[in-house]
Amino acid sequence: MTDTTSTTPRAKKRFRWSAVFDHSILILGSLFMLLPVFLALTTSSHDNVEIQREGLKFWFGSDIDENFGNAMFEKGGFTKTVTGMTMLMNSFILGIGFAIGKIILSMMAAYAIVYFRFRFATFAFWMIFTTILLPLEVRILPSYEVIQSIGLTNSYTGLIVPLLASATGTFFFRQFFLSVPEELVEAARIDGAGPVKFFIDILVPLSQTMIAAIFIIMFVYGWNQYLWPTLITTDEGLFTLVRGIRQIIQAYAEGSEIPEYGQAMALALIAMLPPVAIVIFFQSWFVKGLVESDK
Amino acid sequence: MKRAGFANYWLPILLLLPQLTIIAVFFYWPAFNAVQSSFYLQDPFGFGSQFVGFENYADLFASKEYAKVARFTLLFTLLVTATSLATALLLAVKADKVLRGARTYKTLLMWVYAVAPPVAGLMGVMLFDQNIGSVTDLFAWFGYDYRLGVNYWDTAFAMIIVSVWIQIPVNFIFFLSGLQSIPQHVREAAMIDNPSGFGRFWQITFPLLAPTAFFLLIINITYALFDTFGIIDTLVKNNPASNPMTLVYKVFVDGFRGNDMGGSSAQSVVLMVLVLALTIFQFRLLERRIHYT
Amino acid sequence: MANVSVKNIRKTYPNGTEAVMPCNFDIADGELVVLVGPSGCGKSTLLRMVAGLEDITDGELQIGDRVVNDLDPAERDIAMVFQNYALYPHMSVYKNMAYGLKNRGTSKEDIDHKVREASAMLNLDDYLDRRPSQLSGGQRQRVAMGRAIVRDPALFLFDEPLSNLDAKLRNQMRIEIRNLQRRLGVTAMYVTHDQVEAMTMADRIFVLNAGRIEQVGTPSEIYRTPASTFVASFMGAPPMNLLPATYNGNGSVHLNGETSLKVDAPKDHIGDIQLGIRPEEVKLATGKSATPFKLELIEELGASRLLHGKLAGHDFTVNAPNNDAPLADNLMLDIPSDALHMFDHETGKRL
Repeated sequence: MTDTTSTTPRAKKRFRWSAVFDHSILILGSLFMLLPVFLALTTSSHDNVEIQREGLKFWFGSDIDENFGNAMFEKGGFTKTVTGMTMLMNSFILGIGFAIGKIILSMMAAYAIVYFRFRFATFAFWMIFTTILLPLEVRILPSYEVIQSIGLTNSYTGLIVPLLASATGTFFFRQFFLSVPEELVEAARIDGAGPVKFFIDILVPLSQTMIAAIFIIMFVYGWNQYLWPTLITTDEGLFTLVRGIRQIIQAYAEGSEIPEYGQAMALALIAMLPPVAIVIFFQSWFVKGLVESDK
Repeated sequence: MKRAGFANYWLPILLLLPQLTIIAVFFYWPAFNAVQSSFYLQDPFGFGSQFVGFENYADLFASKEYAKVARFTLLFTLLVTATSLATALLLAVKADKVLRGARTYKTLLMWVYAVAPPVAGLMGVMLFDQNIGSVTDLFAWFGYDYRLGVNYWDTAFAMIIVSVWIQIPVNFIFFLSGLQSIPQHVREAAMIDNPSGFGRFWQITFPLLAPTAFFLLIINITYALFDTFGIIDTLVKNNPASNPMTLVYKVFVDGFRGNDMGGSSAQSVVLMVLVLALTIFQFRLLERRIHYT
Repeated sequence: MANVSVKNIRKTYPNGTEAVMPCNFDIADGELVVLVGPSGCGKSTLLRMVAGLEDITDGELQIGDRVVNDLDPAERDIAMVFQNYALYPHMSVYKNMAYGLKNRGTSKEDIDHKVREASAMLNLDDYLDRRPSQLSGGQRQRVAMGRAIVRDPALFLFDEPLSNLDAKLRNQMRIEIRNLQRRLGVTAMYVTHDQVEAMTMADRIFVLNAGRIEQVGTPSEIYRTPASTFVASFMGAPPMNLLPATYNGNGSVHLNGETSLKVDAPKDHIGDIQLGIRPEEVKLATGKSATPFKLELIEELGASRLLHGKLAGHDFTVNAPNNDAPLADNLMLDIPSDALHMFDHETGKRL
């Protein structure tokens, strides 16, 4: 995706009103996307009692430090041991661990499938391919039982590794490897590069952009995991931010005192900040990865 | 496969081993367990299980509640898919058309991709809250008493809006990239052949977007069926009793809350078949190549 | 430096397709052989078999005094220049050229010496730090050449190396490659579908068709005495005119019953034949013995012009020198008897 400005020639004066219309729609759309988060931000800067009395706030108040401070550093949860910082760290471990694991596993598998002639290639391909048939949500209960029986609940391994059992990354790299000119591997073979050398010297450096793109997508995917962490981690020290949302909701549903609206909104904002920032800053990579991975 | 592939024997197996091991342990084993336990009736207290054949399935299809959840899932999927696709298409067409600020609009319309569904759900809970929610205020202004979590359809409304909100960015990105891959010379030829912008869209642009649209249709159905879990779980606030839910959420509720292993597994298998059907449908479409190159 | 010897080499794909029929040939040390033919004729497959990128189904391939059938490409002492150059996009020009040497364990000083020598030869000195994407098509071509040269191989393989260049650059690179090959004295196999490249560059040309070598010969042999109608029409631009005719056995062929042409050496094949006449071997004439030609269209080429029309009712092209004289619609042609090529009308083989 290159420049978004279309160069369609048009008569300047005749279409002015239609341009105003176009912009209005885009502004409305942008507002629809922005407004909830803006409200969360403004509300997070107010005192709970005030919010309870007057509803969500449309402008900034004075309690932003307190709410964010509490969200990050106050010990919460049932055991009062987990802080926002712990959850933030766990979220990063999950997001980065998942993304890196995914990239390594799927690059290796895709390399084997695309660049080798061996008997089980088709079998391996279909074995991996079949995983797109069953999202984790569908097989959640038996998956949980398997993890439990291996004793991986409440561990980073149990949190990350089962999420790696899918084909998405493998397909992405398979597509990309197939688009790498055939002659490159031939030239490398004539240059005396074996399979390992070719992979390390040529294919990996060549895939840099693709790796970055898939890293962003997988990081966001891992960071945003909800159901799996909810089941696997009962130990609050392993909670991620997104998993923490569930605690907030639970407290909110059960609690009789005034809920901590501001703090909840602050936590929601912290939970969305890193993935949103990455997607915005590395927009072109991310879009490239997204559009090409799903084709 | 490349024509000049390496003919090494052990290396490809070694390369595939980690991926295949993880898939075998965390995919095939659980999937197999799901199919197996869907034919068993499990004692809720963990004292063994009994083979019951298709009884779990029979119970499932006879269940009024299951039928209700299935109907809601269908409606929910249709509404979420249609609304988010239509909105995203409109926005993408406009974003492709404007000359100024195209980049800014693009960023503003896609960043929500990175927001986790439950985080969006939490914001939804606040916005639609009975006491403090702005949307609730808006409804009250129109004279409607909106009650999230109490009124079935009020909750459904919030679920749909939040789900659409999250899904617009993906659709927008794909539509925009689809529009931008329409070659300039085709646009120019259309400009010469058809003076009406509206006509050009429906006769030239839209057919050329059809492959993208079909692909997105499948993506959106899958999304509405499975990925909305976090939204539903937050919006029903841990209290699914009188609230709408989707099939996937019911698998979770029955399995973890109701301890109905067999029933939950049978539901899983039904969903597997559904996904299988969707995938086959998708591949048939791909085979027929709804594209024009 | 080495000679190449090919004995009964053949390529059959698992699905049964015969890509290359059994063929035998030898290439002398320092010779440049061009494999030419239409796409799908097996010329690239043959080259790739020599390179080791394609398995050899059957037969024996010898480079120098080694049988290399089962050797890896890297062990065959060859270098190859690809159609799309196949440069490593993430490496500088220098590293592209050095990569093969590095993999062979050549010392740093030796690599540097060889790369600089090659880059000087190819005028690439100023570009050694650039990436391939920062180079023009011609420069990339040179880097690909350089990568081959530094290896100092026994055999150079070229797979349509010029087809991604524009016409002007192609002419220039053609000469450069030829000069370079002569200077290095290295044996070379060169695949192309362009008959001009084949004619201008080759010591010997192998014309391939449908997996079979149709004819082997020097450019002038191929041009003067094409072994079949396929070779006759493939080599030469504009292609040789081919007309159905009958031969009566006593020194003349008949076109369409009425028009007849004299043949130099009588042949013992009486009956239907295919008659081949090169457009440039025909002259405009006025004499009575001349053959009538109905002019339909003139293509100006500058130095000469192509006259398209009908000879005895068949499409016919004449390549005439351009003297700007106006031409009438009905012309007379002088077709010398040594310009006539006779082919079997069924097999297309030369008679």
